[in-house]
Amino acid sequence: MKTLAATPGRFIRLGAPISVIVAAIIALVLVACALLASWIAPYDPTDLASFELINAELPPAFTADGDSRFLLGTDNQGRDLLSAMLYGARVSIAIGGGAVLLAATLGVTLGLLAGYFGGRVDALIMRIADVILSFPTILLALLVSGIARAIFPGAATAEWAPVILICAIAIHEWVQYARTVRAATMVETAKDYVRAAKVIGLPPRRIMLRHILPNVMSPVLVISTINLAAAVLTEATLSFLGVGMPPTYPSLGTLIRIGNEFVFSGIWWIALFPALALVILVLAVNIVGDWLRDRFNPKLRVKR
Amino acid sequence: MNVQPTPVLAIDSLRVEYPLANGSVFTAVENASLIIRPGEIHALVGESGAGKTTIGNTVMGLLEKPGRIAAGSIHIDGKRFDPARGSAEGIVLGRDVGAVFQDPMTSLNPLFTIESQLTEAMRFHLRLDKAAARARALELLESVGIPEPKRRLKAYPHQLSGGQRQRVVIAAALSCNPKLVVADEPTTALDVSVQAQILKLLRDLADGRGIGILLVTHNMGVVAQIADRVTIMHRGKVVETGTTEEVLRRPKASYAKALIGAVPRIDQRLDRFPVLGDEGKGRAEQARAELRAKAERSNVAAEEAPILSVENLCVDYTTSGWLPGTKGHRFRAVDGVSFSVRSGEVFGLVGESGCGKTTIANVVSGLVRPTAGRVLYRGQSIAGDGASRRVGPLRQAIQMIFQDPYSSLNSRMRIGSILSEPILFYRLASTRAEAENDVARLIEAVGLEAEAAERFPHAFSGGQRQRLSIARALGARPKLIVCDEPTSSLDVSVQAQILNLLKDLRDATGLTLLLISHDLAVVRQMCDRVAVMRQGQLLEQADSETLFDAPQHAYTKELLSLVPTLDRIRGETKAA
Repeated sequence: MKTLAATPGRFIRLGAPISVIVAAIIALVLVACALLASWIAPYDPTDLASFELINAELPPAFTADGDSRFLLGTDNQGRDLLSAMLYGARVSIAIGGGAVLLAATLGVTLGLLAGYFGGRVDALIMRIADVILSFPTILLALLVSGIARAIFPGAATAEWAPVILICAIAIHEWVQYARTVRAATMVETAKDYVRAAKVIGLPPRRIMLRHILPNVMSPVLVISTINLAAAVLTEATLSFLGVGMPPTYPSLGTLIRIGNEFVFSGIWWIALFPALALVILVLAVNIVGDWLRDRFNPKLRVKR
Repeated sequence: MNVQPTPVLAIDSLRVEYPLANGSVFTAVENASLIIRPGEIHALVGESGAGKTTIGNTVMGLLEKPGRIAAGSIHIDGKRFDPARGSAEGIVLGRDVGAVFQDPMTSLNPLFTIESQLTEAMRFHLRLDKAAARARALELLESVGIPEPKRRLKAYPHQLSGGQRQRVVIAAALSCNPKLVVADEPTTALDVSVQAQILKLLRDLADGRGIGILLVTHNMGVVAQIADRVTIMHRGKVVETGTTEEVLRRPKASYAKALIGAVPRIDQRLDRFPVLGDEGKGRAEQARAELRAKAERSNVAAEEAPILSVENLCVDYTTSGWLPGTKGHRFRAVDGVSFSVRSGEVFGLVGESGCGKTTIANVVSGLVRPTAGRVLYRGQSIAGDGASRRVGPLRQAIQMIFQDPYSSLNSRMRIGSILSEPILFYRLASTRAEAENDVARLIEAVGLEAEAAERFPHAFSGGQRQRLSIARALGARPKLIVCDEPTSSLDVSVQAQILNLLKDLRDATGLTLLLISHDLAVVRQMCDRVAVMRQGQLLEQADSETLFDAPQHAYTKELLSLVPTLDRIRGETKAA
């Protein structure tokens, strides 16, 4: 298979096809842009006082009516779309990453416990997981954010909305980690090095963390990449439905929702550019994630 | 002398190479030649990595890419093997060449009945119709000695025992009347009694049907029992070849001599196994002396009482039932076993697979809880009735060595942290530097270089890993080490080294060993006293010499008579 000679050696040694390398580079560039938003964005889209309604709904700079100050045009508030997207991508990625981190921590812990102890602990954890899996992701996330908004008045604010979103997404995604880690833990627990650790007399906590955990982590990393894309999408969906980030601190999903109201009035750019950014980000991360999964799954790995 | 029939297999100066990533070439087999005539069993012997399986696979056309035949020729039944096609002109794998693999548990597809697996090749290669193929399958099962063949045709592989499965594999290999059968370690995964039956079956097939058999094995006893000719390989090269009697009785090459010398003898006890080069001995002895000094400081009272007694031990395994909380089948793995181990001795527990010996090892080391009975360590109950919680010194006193050196060391940890774990956990060293020093002494005591601490387990061979596994067990400064089949996954010469090491450590530190093994010859060489088990029960226990020279129980006698040894060499017995 063809590989890019100029990319860092690790990918070449792993034998990554060119599409994966391109996807990885795109994903890295997008993530870097999002992280550096406060430095590279031309305007601060969270500073409401700086918007001027006279600039509202300006088309992108490259069209006939465009304004050179706003490269991708402005939204209905006169906010620079490019800046809003950069900040929005940062919010999306932060929430996605946070959800993956929370889900992975929860799932790995519960999976380790279930796999190591078995019996009742295992039955309890896995039945809870089964119940959660029987709900669609979006339904459960809507439920969680709805309940949070009902009992907690500050839930819709820019400070608390990300936390609620992270919890709402993670509550569904930990199940995948728990199932995978449980299965891997059961395999590892039967191996002699774990039996040796038991004979030495090490306490279960230490055996799980020091001996088993490092040996079950590679599938977790693979699931995490794929789930990152899924979490970003879920966040966008929730924001699109109006239970996510508030318009004052928009994520990519919020921007698409705002733009959606104007699409039929010929103002296409507010929805299109954030949607494009989202599609490219998710696609790039998914391609890398799929490749990682195939790479680490010997059953899917094709002999070269 | 009449005209020699065409050899079924003729390999002439074969050379098999694997190109490596860095451009160089690894030669797996170099200049190998052998000839098998109809009705002849030719054994290919050597340690792992010797290239014997590569030859077997090449003949069957199963040589994996990027491996290639670089030189030499193979003729199957007089027809030249074409590397490009993976077979010879007019020779079809599965029809003219049959294959028998090592593990009968995985070489049958669990989803198909015995009948469909047996008839598949016949219907494909011989174009038999369903009825004819079934009739022939029935005939084959009968000829390989499977009882009630009609009923077995409908069975699935999991309903048969290991020995029966291997017979089915052999029947499948014979289904299309092959001229040559390649048997790669056909009995390695089987118990001695089953092994004896399978070996007899192979011999009968060679004699009765005139099939040539290429037998790839590492077991010298097997070779002695059924092979006509032997080829010994070492690192891809043929070191010796000839008739079985010639090679086993009067080996010429020094490697052949060492290999044959390393085979544990069942007829007499030797002080040590003869091995090539006992290097680094002085340092190891010094390290062991230091270990011993430390052990004695912590061990003031050495009693005369048994260090370990097992009283009426019973262990049940229950499968879970259909509904949560219900119980399914109950299986008694250990049934009322009692024995005691004296301080400083090597106590052997022998039996075939499934006899409950490993379960006992697990109970003694605290991995499994007994259903009834108890285990006493120096008079104190550690498992079963009235057992105190096994923590601190009680845990520390009993350590374990496992069978598979590849899974017994955590591949993500450095050797240093693996070995220092028990030392730090039991606070046997006051500082980290002292612990590191202890680790270095442990590594030297098992005959490796102290630098090993910096490396990961994958950098070591099976034998070296087993040494490290022993070092870890020693790290907790135990009084008793349970060795569960410590050498059964190792080559004979490595086995001899590991057994020597265990002996030396026992002598140097006054350890007590509980040795679990299925290999009677190993037990004879190692143990002071031996107990024989069958189906969860203890049949007989005695001093090792008494047991091997004058076994009392019929089962023990049978077991001893079935072990393939170098004393009964085929051809010799015929002549006598």
